[in-house]
Parts: sequence; structure tokens; C-alpha cells
Amino acid sequence: MHLKLRHSTRYTYDTPVRGIIQILRLTPRPHDAQHVIKWRIDVDQDATLKSSEDSFGNIVHTFWAEGPLETLTITVEGEVQTEDSNGVLRGTPERLPLGLFLRETRLTMPDDKIRDFAAKTAKSAPVLDALHALMGAIHKRMKFDTEATSVATTAAEAFKAKHGVCQDFAHVFISAARTLQIPARYVSGYLRESGGKEEYEAGHGWAEAWVPDLGWIGFDPANDTCPTDAYIRIACGLDYLDAGPVRGVRTGIATEKLDVEIQVTQGSNQ
Amino acid sequence: MGKAAFDEMNGFGGEVRAAYSQLKAWLDDTPAELLEQRRLEAEALFRRFGITFAVYGQKDAEERLIPFDLIPRVLTASEWKILEDGLTQRVQAINALINDLYGKAEILKAGIVPEELIFANEAFRPEMIGVKVPGGVPVPIAGIDIVRVDAEKFYVLEDNARTPSGVSYMLDNREATHLLFPDLMARSKVRPVERYPDELLAVLESLAPPSASSDPTIAVLTPGSYNSAFYEHSFLADKLGVELVEGRDLFVRDDIVYMRTTQGPKRVDVIYRRVDDDFLDPLTFRPDSMLGVPGLFSSYRAGNVTLANAVGTGIADDKAIYSYMPEIVKFYTGEEPMLHNVPTYRCREDEALKYVLDHLPELVVKEVHGSGGYGMLVGPASTKKEIAEFEKKLKSDPDNFIAQPTLALSTCPAFVDGGIAPRHVDLRPFVLTGSKGTRIVPGGLTRVAMKAGSLVVNSSQGGGTKDTWVVED
Amino acid sequence: MILASTANDLFWMARYVERAESIARTLAAAGRISAIPQVTGEETNEWSSALAAAAQLNAFVETGKEPNEIEVFNYLAFDESNPSSIKSCLTQARHNARSVRPALTTETWEAINTAYLDFKKYEKAGHSLRAHQEFLRWVLDVSLRVSGTAFRNMLRDERYWFSRLGFYIERADNTARIMDVKYHVLLPEHSEVGGSLDYYQWSSILRSVSALTAYHWVYRQSLKPWLIADLLILREEMPRSLASCYQNIAMFLDEIARAYGKQGPAQRAARTTHSRLRNTRTEDVFHKGLHEFLTEFLADNNKLGAVIAEQYNLA
Repeated sequence: MHLKLRHSTRYTYDTPVRGIIQILRLTPRPHDAQHVIKWRIDVDQDATLKSSEDSFGNIVHTFWAEGPLETLTITVEGEVQTEDSNGVLRGTPERLPLGLFLRETRLTMPDDKIRDFAAKTAKSAPVLDALHALMGAIHKRMKFDTEATSVATTAAEAFKAKHGVCQDFAHVFISAARTLQIPARYVSGYLRESGGKEEYEAGHGWAEAWVPDLGWIGFDPANDTCPTDAYIRIACGLDYLDAGPVRGVRTGIATEKLDVEIQVTQGSNQ
Repeated sequence: MGKAAFDEMNGFGGEVRAAYSQLKAWLDDTPAELLEQRRLEAEALFRRFGITFAVYGQKDAEERLIPFDLIPRVLTASEWKILEDGLTQRVQAINALINDLYGKAEILKAGIVPEELIFANEAFRPEMIGVKVPGGVPVPIAGIDIVRVDAEKFYVLEDNARTPSGVSYMLDNREATHLLFPDLMARSKVRPVERYPDELLAVLESLAPPSASSDPTIAVLTPGSYNSAFYEHSFLADKLGVELVEGRDLFVRDDIVYMRTTQGPKRVDVIYRRVDDDFLDPLTFRPDSMLGVPGLFSSYRAGNVTLANAVGTGIADDKAIYSYMPEIVKFYTGEEPMLHNVPTYRCREDEALKYVLDHLPELVVKEVHGSGGYGMLVGPASTKKEIAEFEKKLKSDPDNFIAQPTLALSTCPAFVDGGIAPRHVDLRPFVLTGSKGTRIVPGGLTRVAMKAGSLVVNSSQGGGTKDTWVVED
Repeated sequence: MILASTANDLFWMARYVERAESIARTLAAAGRISAIPQVTGEETNEWSSALAAAAQLNAFVETGKEPNEIEVFNYLAFDESNPSSIKSCLTQARHNARSVRPALTTETWEAINTAYLDFKKYEKAGHSLRAHQEFLRWVLDVSLRVSGTAFRNMLRDERYWFSRLGFYIERADNTARIMDVKYHVLLPEHSEVGGSLDYYQWSSILRSVSALTAYHWVYRQSLKPWLIADLLILREEMPRSLASCYQNIAMFLDEIARAYGKQGPAQRAARTTHSRLRNTRTEDVFHKGLHEFLTEFLADNNKLGAVIAEQYNLA
């Protein structure tokens, strides 16, 4: 599928801020089922943008802008050509040992409820079946609700409350998979939903788990599906904190207003 | 309790050991009233200088003094030589371990240390994988805790590669002895420790990134004046002659770290940081940290600033990793380890766990990530009820614990309750490693359990400190 | 060049110690005047004036407490909830000092640290007149020791200059405030009717800035309100006068500018205020209106603090 993305984030400050520093994970790497045709990040203020790579292999941009700033807009525009690989990920640089993806993090720390849930759901099924079962069970159990959780909500909290956003679904999945000794990680990106919807207020997040002989496979428990050619994969990490699109700090006392516009459209050529 | 402990002055109850003959004569000549008077003087001195520390979780006791025991501990030059060689070897192995774990991970491939011990450990920082540490020395400052059980035998109790503290007490204690007992100092041939700050400065300079000038700008980064070890941070900045900064004094632009000065930004090359990994940079580690510097890690990855110690060195402090140290030393140095490890049962292993559960009243059980004497069980000093409670904890999460036999830590004469009595001690020498090798000032921080029979020397639990002498044989 | 936060801590350390001293002097003067029988019973309350001079009247009123000797003394001396109490000032000063410990001489650090440690003694001493006096004398002594050790031992570099700036800006603020609280008894028309009450008020003002003896040395005559204003505003030889404070402020800012090779808005602002004080006569002050004059001065002085902070990245 030919996908076009436009993602703009606009910050408005009630008093001008003195400076801003942000780390952006907003640039995709190609993999076998994702060809990056073109991609660019624009910042509408005088700023230095520096590109580097983190330990997970994600492309990272760090930028600094000197104030006083009243607004700041970051715009990402890109085009990718994707294929449906049934969620199987191939052709990414994998530099980290698999064992690392069994690590429990603050956001994915399992509690007894998640542990029991994982064990009961997976029973003694083969890894791939167990993961599908987990995805289905989480999707069934949890309700999608954009108001109920925040970026700091942990897997255990969301699981108990039985609702959350895609990020919470993914964290629960990751947490549960790791209790089964299956390496798992968080993935951030974009999704073009079927049904004509083109505008979104947030990016997407899902999970990947490692299956012997197959490698990393994507699971999107919020939609109960493995990623298809409607997904743009951007970054991965142990949890949302490693892979989320933006982490930033500003100097100055200001309240910020945030406007996010995301458009994922299907290209007409091809 | 087990067998009698080795006393560093009286051995196992025989004659006074040669190292202590002079000190013993002095003690015999010095009336207790004079010692008491000196003790009070020392306390007033320490309080006036503000040599205090804060105790976590204690209200209304914002700043406390660590008890200073007047009577120096004495090690001979030949004893020190054993320690010096052993510590040098061990710290070089620790540096090699850190570089390897974040580099090619050969020790894991060789199956010497189980990889799940590393990867599941929070002190292991995936962000560091592939990062070339400026200067190539991830652990320039190490504090290795040593205990002694008899005339010959020293054991390493714990490695501190994260941010070992206490060196200010080593220096202040020596200063105090000079002030309180000038005559005694004058006639004892004690090797000086005063050059520690110079050595540290040379080490930090030697590790500056290539972008720095020949006179690199160095700063000590502290979490702030409410931190328990703030005195030491301020002391070190003063002695090193460098700026003492908090996170808010630093900022990053274009991957370069600057400090805010009255004349604008000044580039910083080396940061001796006393802020934990988690709090260093809210853009990479804990997003809620107010103590760190946004963008610091990015600058570090880019090789523009040196952090001493490096990020992720705390993995070497883990007590489960500790149990593999003899093999680790052998793996990296190709030599037999010169310092002994205390025999350690890894509760994650079924057989060891079974043994530990059967022998709890004789063992010391510790949390693998714990420090400061918290979360541990000292079997022989615990009630049946305490042991039973600990057993539950241990069974529910055996991976989190190791156990060791209760060592008969050596004792040294201490001045307590108006008289001289033996008290258990340990020793933390400070090991400095720069681009030109490893140096250790002769001595270290001796911690002493002020309660009779107690083996807990941690200052957070009422332990005191002593001046530590290395004297010519 | 020093860390901006170091300059800031030194600036504020000196300010807080000077503020503690000023509050102590105000309390002493209030204690003295309220002990005089014919004065009490008037509608003016010395303790309220003391609160006003410390800029704490509104905050105190909000506590709902009675503005009597014990309550006001407690509030201005010991109350931790009052950020300008002597206790808060000394605690803050010690906190600033501790943060920049290496920038201070051992003697200065010890003077502040010892004061902090000894404070408890005085808190427990109770509310006898004697205990009050002893406490206030002790505060003056602390301030003297802090200032004196700095004056005698500190290297004359930016560390010293920034701390002196804090000291003189605070001092100017205090002097202006003390006068402003009682400006009405200093008005010339007042002297016509001036009875013994006014005499006590005048001497109280002078005592608050320890200038009673100086007055007699300078003018060699009985207390005249316009001369008091002249002494405290325009006389450079009087160390707590506004003119003297600005002579020093301008001088220390010049030192910094010379060391850094750069003049800025702070230097210009200080020079302007300083030359205005030099070119003003007492008549001009009263012509403009004493209260108006002081109000304007306080605002300018306050602004200079902000300009210094801005120019040297403090804050």
C-alpha cells in the first residue's frame, strides 16, 4: 500500500518560553515490508536538528530552539510503500540481545493479575498460538477509552481498570508475554484505519514479540490484528518511554496547549 | 555466636601485634578523660564544619554527624601491598567487564555469567550498548568494601562501581587526627592520604573527551544540598578546585554541555557526577527527574562529555554478579584473583536455595540490588520470628537474594562509653583509574559498628568511621 | 566568571543576613518605644509599624493574630511560616551558604552555620524582655560576624562583589521602608506641633538604623525631622543612607563591569539612581513629597535587583 503521512504538532505557550529541547522518534527505518520513499521533519522556529541513532536502532532527532518562543510547530511529512507480511518483521538491524526484551520496566511491570492472566490464556500452547491468544484475550477484556489513562499509566493499572488507549493495550501485552519468557517490545508508528477515516489525534502503538524460527512479529491488541500494510512502523523499545514519538523539556514557566493533527492517506499512484 | 573474632590489635587474644605496638603504648599512656575531651572536641569540630549527612526517612534529623572514633586503625605496609595489588587487579577487571557488557559481550558468549542476570537487572542500561565511553574507563572511581578475618585473610564484601561515597570522611578523619593528636601523628610513620584530590583531578583530566583543551573544564554534579552526601560533593569540588553544579546549572545545546555563568555559557568537558543514572537526563531516563540535565545523554553518546562514572556501571555492584567475580577476574586478566570473595550462595539456584533455607540462622542473606545494609537478614543476630518472616520473603522471590556465611569480621579498639573496647570494622579503599592506570591512596574509609557485637557498619544504621593508617613495617 | 547560581546564592545570602539584622533592629526599636508609658495608648501601634517596616503587615493581619508584643515578636523573629522572619532569613542564608560552601571562607561559613545551630537556644528562651534583648543582640552579632569575616577575608573578586550587591540592595530597601512607614512624622509641618511623642518616634527611626549617635555627630543639634530625612537619604557618610548604599552599589557594579570588560543596564541604572541622590537636596525630597520619593526609590531599587539578575543570568 502506498501511504502518505502528515503529522503536525503545534505547541502554544501562554507565556513565551526561554528554550526547548526535544528528542524526536518520528522517522521510520525501512524493513522488508516497508520502503521509505521520502520523509522529512520540519520545525517552524530557528532550531538545530541533529540526527543520530539510539541503542535500539531507532532514528532519533534531537533539536534545540532558543526562546523566547510563543509557538512551535513540528511537521512530519512522508511517504512509504508497505506490504502485508502478516506481522512478520524482517530486515531491521537487531543489535540488542534478545534476553534484554524480557526485562520488566516500570511501565510494563506485571502484577499477579497479569501473571495469572498470561498463564491461563497461554496454557501450554506453542509460542505463536500463545501470543495470538493473548492478543485476543486482551482485546476482549479491555475497552478502548482515550479519557481513562495517561502516558504514565502502567500495564498493571490499565489491566485492572480494563480500559486504556493503544499504548496501554500494548503494555499489557508486553508485560504478559514477558511473564511467559517471550521477548517482547513496544512499537510506535501510524495506522491507516479502514473505513475512510483519515484524520487522527494520536499516533499508534503496538507490540512485537519474538517467536523462534520466525523472529519478531507484530501484535496490535487494540485492534486484535497483526500489523498489515496499513501500518507505518517508526520506533521500538522496552516500553513507550523508549519508543514514544516525542520527549521534551522547556525552560520557562508556561502552560502549553497542544494541537496534534495526523493524516494518513492512501496514495493514488500504484 | 560463632568463634571469637580476630582483633587487629590483640590478634586472637595473644600479644599485641607489632603494627599496633606504638598505638597500644600511647593508649596506655592516655587517660580516658583526655580521650573523652578530644572526642567532644572532634564532634564540635565536625559539626562546626558542617560535616554531616542526612538520613533517609528520618524526620527532624535533617543533618546528623557520623560518629568519629578517635582511635586510628593500623595496617602495615606489607598488608597494604596485598590489598593494593588485589584491588588494582579487581578494578581493572570491573572496568573490562563494563566495557565488554556494553560492547561485544564476550563474557556472556563464553557462558561465564548467565545473561539473564545482566539483562533483567535495572542497573544494566540498554541505552549504553554500543556507546564508546570517552577515555575508555567506565569506572574511574571505585570503592571496594573489604573485610578481614585473620592476620592474613582479606575478603571483598562488596564492589561499588556506581558512585562510591565516603572519601571525604577518609580525608576529614585524617585531618581530625592531625588536629587532635599531633604528637601521635608526628611519631608514627603514616603514609599520607592527602593527595587524593590531586590524584582524582589527574584521573578526571586524563579522561576528558578529545574535543577538550589541555585544560579541560571539570564540574562535580550534585543532586543538591538536600542530598545525604551533599557535604562530600561540596568538599570534593572545593578540594578539586572545580565548580559544584546542580542540574539547573547545566544545559545542552547542539550536543554540547554548558554551565550557566555570570558571563554566559561555558563549555563543560568532564562531569564527576553524583546523581544516579535514573535522574541524569529526563529525555532518556526518568522523565520526571528534576535533578538532571535534558539532553546530557545525547551529548554523552556523541562523545562530547565524559561522565565519571559512566552510565550503567552499577551492574557491577549487583550481589548476584559479585558471586561471579572470581571467574570475571580470571576471564579478563588471565590471572588468579588475588583477593578472595566471600563464599556466596545464589538463591536463584535450587540447590543453594535449599541449603540457605536449611541454614538461615547461621547465614547473612542480602538482596541482590540492595545497599546500605537495608533489606538483609543477619541470621545469628535475628529472632526466630524475624527469620520466619524473612524466609517468606526469600521463598517468594529467591532470585532476589544471595546468602553468605556470617563472617567473624575483625575488630579494632574503639573508644566507646568512656573506655576502650573492640568493635567490628570493614574497610573501603578508593581506587582511581585514569588513562594511565590505577592508583590507590594508602588507606581508605574504615567503618565501625559502634554497638558491641554488631556487624552492621553502615552509617545509615548508626555505624561510625575511623582514621585508617598504613604504616611502614 | 563564576556559576550564575553561585552569584545568586551569594547575593541572597548577604541579603538574608542583612534582612535578619534589619528586622532585629526594628524589633528592638519597637520594644523600646512601646516601653515608654506616654506613648502607649495612642492609636499608633509600634508593633504594627514594625510589621509594616518588614513588609509583613498584610501577611500578619491574615493570620488573625493580635498585633501585640508577643505575637509580633514571635512572627517576625521565630515564625517559620513567615518567609521574612529572622529564623527564615537565617535558615535561607545558611541554605544559600551551604550550596556555595567552597566560595566562602571557612570563617564566614562557620559564622552562618553556627548561627543556624545556635538558633534553637533562643527559641526556647521564652518571652521575657531580657530574653528578647539578648536574642536581638545575638542577631546583630551574627550579622556582624558574617559581614566582618567576609570583609576581612574574602578574595576581592566577583564572589565578594555579588554578595556586597545583595547586602546594599537589601540595606537600601530596609532604610527606605523604615522611613516610609513613619513618613508622616517626618513631614516639616509635623514639627510645628511636635510633642514628646514625635521625639520618641524620631529617635525610634534613627535607632532602627543605628544612627542616633551619628545624627548628633553630623548635625550637633536636637532632632529635626527634615534633618533625619537628610541623614538617611542623602548623606553618603551615613552607612545606612540611601546615598551611601548606592555609592557602594555603583562601585561594586563597576568592579564587575571592569573584570568582565562589559558595562550593561545594571551599571547604568545604578549610576542613574546614585547621581540622582547626589543631585537632590532635602527640600527637593519634601517638595516632591517624602512618601512619593520613597515609593519611587523602593520600586527602582527593586528593579535594579531584577536587572542585575537578568544581566548576569542569576535566577
